[in-house]
Amino acid sequence: MITLYINNIKTEVSEETTILEAAGELGIGIDTICYHEKLTPPGLCRQCVVEVEGARVLLPSCITKVKEGMVVKTDSERVIRARKTILEMLASSTDLTDSPELNDQIKRYGADTDRFNNSEERNYPVKDDNPFYVREYSKCILCERCVQVCSSDIQFSYALTTAGRGYDNRITTFYDKNLPETTCVFCGNCVAACPTAALIPRNEFLNRNGGVL
Amino acid sequence: MGNKKDRVFGEFLNSISEKSRTSLLPALLEAQELFGYISESTAELIGSVLGVPSAEIYGVIEFYSLLYSKPTADTIIRICTSPLCSLKGSYKIKKALLEKLDLEDGVSSGDGLFMVESVQCLGLCDHAPSGMVNNKSIVNISIEGLDDIINGKYSAPENRAFGTNPVLTERFDRIDPESIADFIREGGFTGFHHALTLSRDNLIDIVTNSGLLGRGGAAFPTALKERGALEASGTGETYIVCNADESEPGTFKDRIMLSRDPFSVLEGILISALIIGAEKGYIYIRGEYQDARNLFSRVIESAEANGYLGKDIKGSGFNFDLELRSGAGAYICGEETALFESIEGKRGYPRNKPPYPVVSGLFGKPTNINNVETFSYLSRIMGSNKTKIIDSELKTLSGTRLFCLSGDIKRPGLYELPFGISLIDLINDWGGGVSGSDNIKTIILGGASGSFVPEEHWNIALDQESLRAVGLSMGSGVIMVFNESRDVRDILVDITRFFSHESCGKCYPCQLGTRKQLEIVEKIRSAAPSLGDFSRLEDIGFTMKDASLCGLGQTASSALLSAVKIWPELFKSGEETGVK
Repeated sequence: MITLYINNIKTEVSEETTILEAAGELGIGIDTICYHEKLTPPGLCRQCVVEVEGARVLLPSCITKVKEGMVVKTDSERVIRARKTILEMLASSTDLTDSPELNDQIKRYGADTDRFNNSEERNYPVKDDNPFYVREYSKCILCERCVQVCSSDIQFSYALTTAGRGYDNRITTFYDKNLPETTCVFCGNCVAACPTAALIPRNEFLNRNGGVL
Repeated sequence: MGNKKDRVFGEFLNSISEKSRTSLLPALLEAQELFGYISESTAELIGSVLGVPSAEIYGVIEFYSLLYSKPTADTIIRICTSPLCSLKGSYKIKKALLEKLDLEDGVSSGDGLFMVESVQCLGLCDHAPSGMVNNKSIVNISIEGLDDIINGKYSAPENRAFGTNPVLTERFDRIDPESIADFIREGGFTGFHHALTLSRDNLIDIVTNSGLLGRGGAAFPTALKERGALEASGTGETYIVCNADESEPGTFKDRIMLSRDPFSVLEGILISALIIGAEKGYIYIRGEYQDARNLFSRVIESAEANGYLGKDIKGSGFNFDLELRSGAGAYICGEETALFESIEGKRGYPRNKPPYPVVSGLFGKPTNINNVETFSYLSRIMGSNKTKIIDSELKTLSGTRLFCLSGDIKRPGLYELPFGISLIDLINDWGGGVSGSDNIKTIILGGASGSFVPEEHWNIALDQESLRAVGLSMGSGVIMVFNESRDVRDILVDITRFFSHESCGKCYPCQLGTRKQLEIVEKIRSAAPSLGDFSRLEDIGFTMKDASLCGLGQTASSALLSAVKIWPELFKSGEETGVK
């Protein structure tokens, strides 16, 4: 067993536990974005970072394993500043109207969604190329869950990939082909994994938009 | 003609010995070279031969700047628009070139003959403005010289070095870099032969006592990496990797090292392999260093022919193979774990650490990865032919390093000088002083990911301890000088644009922060700071530094944050400064 301190509370957990899990056992919630308990955590959104005594930078709690004597702060000034800034930058890049969890975080951190309002937003036309679901990538936050479930985490269809680089990263298919022309088997796992309604069942999309695409 | 190229490419695919994902980048680069782009059918063919899902191949093509999914042109002219070349007018040159050829930026001409585009730092900052015509470097380009460039007339860079009592550069003028005989005549492989007589523990002790720190930028003790990889591997598989993906704006030392004394790098790699018991190594040279790559591939052949690579090297029973890999245009692949991903045939996404490379590196095996200069230095440390371990002479051997001097300086170039030389002496006494005006405006130490040096520290001694004490870092030995006519905001636009272009986009702080800081700096330069810009920049910078996944993101705001500290008035609105 490993003994550590989270927000000044002493706790004992088994080896290989992550800080996120150890905090959860104490009832301390740590906000996440890309993390999904059924998937391999990619540790890319950095929203779950925490301050660990002795560490040079903030550490992602979803993948950082506990260590003997570790002293963790999940809500220090540094942590809050990073999380709030990440939310503000994300809100200025992506349409978060259908992201309830993110909107809840924005509210709780008091993030100013207009803070970077002179910024170039990632706008893409709606892709409606199959009878099952619609892809609205203006709402995509690049958590890459859809690529994970389509690939080795669940389905092994390998229809999706991240293309581009940096801010211009985007989720797409082989040479941007329409889904029916790809290896997609329409299993729906990507739609289930999407946290922002960037991937949404076609009927639901039509209902929300009064029947208009 | 298409059929002939298809046949050639088919033969290339057949000739690949390892038909798996690790051969993806070599195959894509070959296709790019042959066809000028990678078509859907070529990508599908590669995928079927190497067993890689086609969507992922597209993701890889779209990640690397030197790979294209659409047709390009017979002649691609790339103009460097990174900080130092931009300073010397490369944007104007590019504009003039586009007009001359009647082209749009990055778009091939109708006849498929020409294409002109920007490229990020080519490691030719001592010859700014620089560029490339297909795979050839072009240097000191000017608007007047554009016709010559279009007609295929241009000169290669001079790879000179300056300094006193050199260690790393001492053979430069005495050898033909390609000649193994010259190298041996000038003391080459002495270190390797010496190493063959010692135990691994003895070897690591020598490296420890030399005090050698990594020369790629992070200054991590070389001996600790060796010890770590050795302990993690036991008797299992392990790798040596030479990181020659030099891409930090202002850095060109590795290009010159590889061009002038490549065998010394190979010797250092061999010594490291001996230390950790690796039988396979890779040298990953950035895609834009075509000349260095061609030379190094001949160096490997020559070493194989002379029994310095392969089975039972020099009768020692030690086996080691070295494979040359080429990058494809991505600064991030200089980050060690992104480099592993690239060799493994993936997008150059850095991995979360831990696990560290010494435990789980290339192909998940313990790996010892070092910079070009570090390997070369290792050969000199071993080559001093001392059997006693603790030896003051060995200590002094780590006493020089390579400095890359560029910008507004009379004699830009590579300088090998002792640690501890003062920054301003290096600029004035060695570099001949500032050029273009009488006074220095500012100095950047450490490259685009380094910092502006406050004026009170211009005489600082260039060694780890002195610099650390005032919060500066030498990084990869970069010193950029700017004369008093320069506007700090221009420099910052170039630097932030560089990072926005080179962020891999994996983690949010860097993916979003590199773009947002560029947008704000551009606006401040063209208009004026608005209320809150100062705190916005500080919050972005802090978040990138404290929460990014890798070293790129953690340092992508370093220059900007240092500028905000030195010249706060440039970033504050009238209300904030109290000046209306």
